[in-house]
Amino acid sequence: MFTQLLAQHFVHTALLAGAVVAVVSGAVGIFVVTRGASFAVHAISELGFTGAAAALVAGIDPVIGMIGGSLLVGLVLGQLSLNGRERDSAIGAVLAFGLGVGVLLLSLYQGYATEATNLLFGSIVGVSDSQLRNLAIVSLIVIAGLALAFRPLLFSSVDPEVAESRGVSLRKLSVLTFLLIALTTAEAIQVVGVLLVLTLVITPAAAAQRLTGRPGVAMLLSVGIALVSTEGGILLSLEKPWPTSFFIATLSFAAYLIARVIDATRPAVARAPRRTPVEVAESPPAATL
Amino acid sequence: MSSEIISVKDVTLRFGERTLWEDLSFTLGSGELLAILGPNGTGKTSLLRILLGILEPTSGRVEVRGSPPRCCAAVGYIPQQRIFDRDMPLRARDFVRLGVDGHRWGIRVLSRAQRKLIDNVLAEVGASSFADAAIGHLSGGEQQRLRVAQALVSDPAVLLADEPLLSLDPSYQRVITDLLDARRRRLGTPLLFVTHDINPILPMVDRVLYLAPGRWAIGSADEVLTSETLSSLYETEIDVLRVRGRVIVVGTPDEQHAHHVHEHGDMRV
Repeated sequence: MFTQLLAQHFVHTALLAGAVVAVVSGAVGIFVVTRGASFAVHAISELGFTGAAAALVAGIDPVIGMIGGSLLVGLVLGQLSLNGRERDSAIGAVLAFGLGVGVLLLSLYQGYATEATNLLFGSIVGVSDSQLRNLAIVSLIVIAGLALAFRPLLFSSVDPEVAESRGVSLRKLSVLTFLLIALTTAEAIQVVGVLLVLTLVITPAAAAQRLTGRPGVAMLLSVGIALVSTEGGILLSLEKPWPTSFFIATLSFAAYLIARVIDATRPAVARAPRRTPVEVAESPPAATL
Repeated sequence: MSSEIISVKDVTLRFGERTLWEDLSFTLGSGELLAILGPNGTGKTSLLRILLGILEPTSGRVEVRGSPPRCCAAVGYIPQQRIFDRDMPLRARDFVRLGVDGHRWGIRVLSRAQRKLIDNVLAEVGASSFADAAIGHLSGGEQQRLRVAQALVSDPAVLLADEPLLSLDPSYQRVITDLLDARRRRLGTPLLFVTHDINPILPMVDRVLYLAPGRWAIGSADEVLTSETLSSLYETEIDVLRVRGRVIVVGTPDEQHAHHVHEHGDMRV
């Protein structure tokens, strides 16, 4: 049964599509996590759903609607370039409204309910050759964007004030980041669905961060974990007919748990800074001017 | 004067109705240390942002090495300490590297000379022993030394430090001030140092710029930090005491003022 399935064309397409999506998700995930933008990813994916529902009602390809919805939200969030708590609540408000609209659109849609289910929970085995081609094109765009902006993206994620002082435009970078995140999210939705996007865009990166202090290595590890989870999940779902998304989510979560255990149990990093005793100033604590 | 590195001439800054300062003028020559003091909301950080070329003053002219401050090769910036997340996937040397080419597009491997430069600067700030540690695992004092390294690695013509000692304990304050002091003495890099507390840098300060609400004064520490000068800046009675080589100011309406400005701003919004 397993080997028979493995010979099928649709399985090859699914594995290729999974690989393409895993690579971008893992790579972009590193910037999502260092910027603390996990909630934004969630919002972008749910509004991608609203876009897809709108497309269904209008009778066009839901993928187009999804990319449109994600990009629109990405653009708005990028422009706002808000910080911390303000950003959280703004995203929450936008997300809730967007989902409300999505619910209305779905109720207006007269077609098959499976379309909606596929959007929410993913439908990797249904990917066609032309969809695979489109996934690959979008992935190339995202990878090119990442390569072009890698250093300023890192700089502005790590230390926005200093990056700005060195001529990095924070607003431009913020918009660029969110557009890349939006495209990645729209890709990931096609594999794991709206509700499980975080399993490819956050979990592998969060695991990788626990394992290394090097930005390049973290990105490679994150891509690796996303790849193993996606391909492993697809293969497991051939063996046992449970949803692919479940297997992918389980594998990436397992990687995350393992990374946490490794991080917690290894000896306190090979760093041993020589803590030279510095004389303490003789005078009493400073009175402030 | 040809030794002028920074020139600020008749610079006025207004935000809406509020005037932070009018006709602010000073110059800074090779190796000079200017301390910038004053209560919250008087535009200390804004002045640094103007010198960085990020903020445009309402009027007046600012020059760094004879030309308007353009982002941002010639200026090194050290912000106040903000602890990094423990998970940040960045080693100490990666962080310093951002000062070399973090603002550039594309991906590039460092040249041998650049790697050597980073090693040298890490050694200069005493960070060699933790150069390969993840930055989030380091103490606040260690992280702040790396910020100094990151600013120095671009070989800046001017150093701007915005409360770099905040929340550091006295021994680390000393490490940071000694590093900056050594740099300006060795290479003549002028240093603008925004601070709430003059005492940790008092022995090294050449001049003090005191920004009070709507007014300012500049001069040596002995000229500016007197009861007379501060009383006239604040238009209220201020006592400046010198106790065992330290300066203690009594009677500034700082707290109330900061509070007041904040409320005022809120009301306008």
